[in-house]
Amino acid sequence: MELIKLTIDNRTVEVEKGTTIFIAAKQLDITIPTLCYMNLKDLNIEHKPGGCRICVVEVEGRRNLAPACATECSEGMVVKTHSVRVLNARRTVLELIISDHPFDCLICAKSGNCDLQDMAVKLGVRDIPFKGEKSTYKPDFSPAIIRDMDKCIMCRRCETMCNDFQTVGVLSGIHRGFEAVVAPAFERDLDHSECTYCGQCVAVCPTAALTEIDHTNQLINDLSDSSKTVVVQTAPAVRAALGEEFGMEPGTLVTGKMVAALRQLGFNFVFDTDFAADLTIMEEGTELLDRLSRHLNGDKEVRLPILTSCCPGWVSFFEYHYPDLLDVPSTARSPQQMFGAIAKTYFAEKQKLNRKDMIVVSIMPCVAKKYECTREEFATDGNPDVDYSISTRELAKLIKSANIDFKALPDEDFDKPLGESTGAAVIFGTTGGVIEAATRTAYELHTGEELEKVDFEALRGFEGIRSATVNFKGLDVNIGIAHGLGNARKLLDDVRAGKSEYHAIEIMACPGGCIGGGGQPLHHGDTSILKARAKAIYAEDEGKTLRKSHLNPDIIKLYDEFLGKPGSELAHKLLHTHYFEKKIKHISMD
Amino acid sequence: MTSVKLKLKDSDVQKLKEIALSFNNEAGELINVLHKAQEHFGYLPAEIQEVVAEELNIPVAKVYGVVTFYSFFTMLPRGRYPISICTGTACYVRGAEKVLDEFKRILKVPVGETTADGKFSITCLRCVGACGLAPVVMVGDKTYGRVTTDGVKEILKEYENEE
Repeated sequence: MELIKLTIDNRTVEVEKGTTIFIAAKQLDITIPTLCYMNLKDLNIEHKPGGCRICVVEVEGRRNLAPACATECSEGMVVKTHSVRVLNARRTVLELIISDHPFDCLICAKSGNCDLQDMAVKLGVRDIPFKGEKSTYKPDFSPAIIRDMDKCIMCRRCETMCNDFQTVGVLSGIHRGFEAVVAPAFERDLDHSECTYCGQCVAVCPTAALTEIDHTNQLINDLSDSSKTVVVQTAPAVRAALGEEFGMEPGTLVTGKMVAALRQLGFNFVFDTDFAADLTIMEEGTELLDRLSRHLNGDKEVRLPILTSCCPGWVSFFEYHYPDLLDVPSTARSPQQMFGAIAKTYFAEKQKLNRKDMIVVSIMPCVAKKYECTREEFATDGNPDVDYSISTRELAKLIKSANIDFKALPDEDFDKPLGESTGAAVIFGTTGGVIEAATRTAYELHTGEELEKVDFEALRGFEGIRSATVNFKGLDVNIGIAHGLGNARKLLDDVRAGKSEYHAIEIMACPGGCIGGGGQPLHHGDTSILKARAKAIYAEDEGKTLRKSHLNPDIIKLYDEFLGKPGSELAHKLLHTHYFEKKIKHISMD
Repeated sequence: MTSVKLKLKDSDVQKLKEIALSFNNEAGELINVLHKAQEHFGYLPAEIQEVVAEELNIPVAKVYGVVTFYSFFTMLPRGRYPISICTGTACYVRGAEKVLDEFKRILKVPVGETTADGKFSITCLRCVGACGLAPVVMVGDKTYGRVTTDGVKEILKEYENEE
């Protein structure tokens, strides 16, 4: 390892050869401003296209200013990060970027949470001397994501997430010069591409070029309609992140405050997706054991591994890219959809409600869930099981607009019966959680013995691909875990090639699982926030008296009163699904 | 990769596969593959780009990104007699724009497009290295120098009896 000494703003720093000026400055706690650079350390993603030119610095002996993010340090280098020349250049660059950007900050979806706006404030831009043509594009409204490319500043972070991290490859930089923009092939809209709606592009977009479809106005209308019974379910990962929107430390659990806020907003019933997560374990765990034992007994019809199917981004991904493996994922619906199906049947019957008078809303850390609600198979006579989903960010906005003092709220409990859950359910929110929850239940169902130690540390962590073998009293179950679709692809390619030795694989599309979902509070490149959320999730699990899904008393009651047993005919009708080979919807190019 | 629905003939797909194979189906050879494909087909419509993407195992959005980045590549079919007007500095100052306008007026098509009968297309290019002959017009491989607005009609006349 060769070390290099250089001077930045009259201070000496020693760095490894190959380090950029940007990183070297960080060592001195100098944060050089940027609009395109992004370093997601825990995901091994460093995006440094050198595109925005905001990070330019002065290097002694060099004629031009150097982009700090893309210039390597050299021995004896003398760098100035805030000389007059640098500050003037930075402001001019920013003025040029803004000159081709709409001036609708007051009513923009990202106002107050926009990197470009923040930069304009930071650099004190007061006037845009450059007047001229502005780029205009047709806005693209997909079932989950809005692309408003008038607001694109060509940082190309979305492209990195879509291609390098997710290997979905829908977004690419196209054209050149003034006309350059990020778009799907042939400038089709997302609905005519292989987009999975994972929302990782939305999660890293510095402006409002990529945002989620906003369902809050629809929700406000439904809440004020007295003829409707509005039921809400909240995903596990929401409670570990919502507090951030109210200035609370990342990793603060706000379950009780969230419930109180939802009640104040006027929901008739505040329920928990965690209930449905326990239900998912009952169905998926049973399916796992069934497939496993049939496979081990030599049934060649049964394919292993079984793959989890909770994540709609992941489901779309395999429907597009692995249509030959459609029989591999579990047929269990996602917790969101299981909840909707049970709410509009079992719960509706109990309350003597007609499903048409019910609105089931989900609060999700996800944007793909918006799309999942619209899938045709999840509706009865055109009435969707889940009417629509709103993101953690949308919920925060709604709470703020209703003038609710979130931090001062008392802790409240979920309503019953669809609000009861175990610790196994809450860990669905982080990578490895679903398979850990399934293991807790499958172990006891298979061995008939009580599992003393429920924490499976081997299944936890942040590496993109992890594996562990869990011994079910003489039966070794090989488990694989992947988060991020690029990592999932690696495991899937092995399955396709017949090389996979796993019995069960959990896959989540987003980094860290749902805690890093596209609908969560923006992490602004700080992946330690995701780790803090995961910690909070495990803390909630540990704090629960019941930590195994099959011990949830209201789940037991649901089977007794309504479903019969896991895998029953009714369970199959309401809680299972099938997958389709997806092809890009073609439109005429003439 | 998802398979695509093709409007191309089987023989066209075969040709594209051969081109890709001649570059070992390497993603890094995308530009060379596109060059060869355009040389053969004359242009690069969406269907061709989709096959190229599949053969090189890269997203079609990336292929489209490259096709739209380089002005050499075109997604529109060219005429049987592609007319290229040089609008480089030397040709421009010696009246290339007037010559271009005359072509557009007579053929009734804008730059980048092809006449309805598929015979002529008009494109602009930057410097063919014959500045001494400015303004320069090329029709296919044939070069015309010191072209005037009156000369435009004469050039087109040469192709009157061609198919």
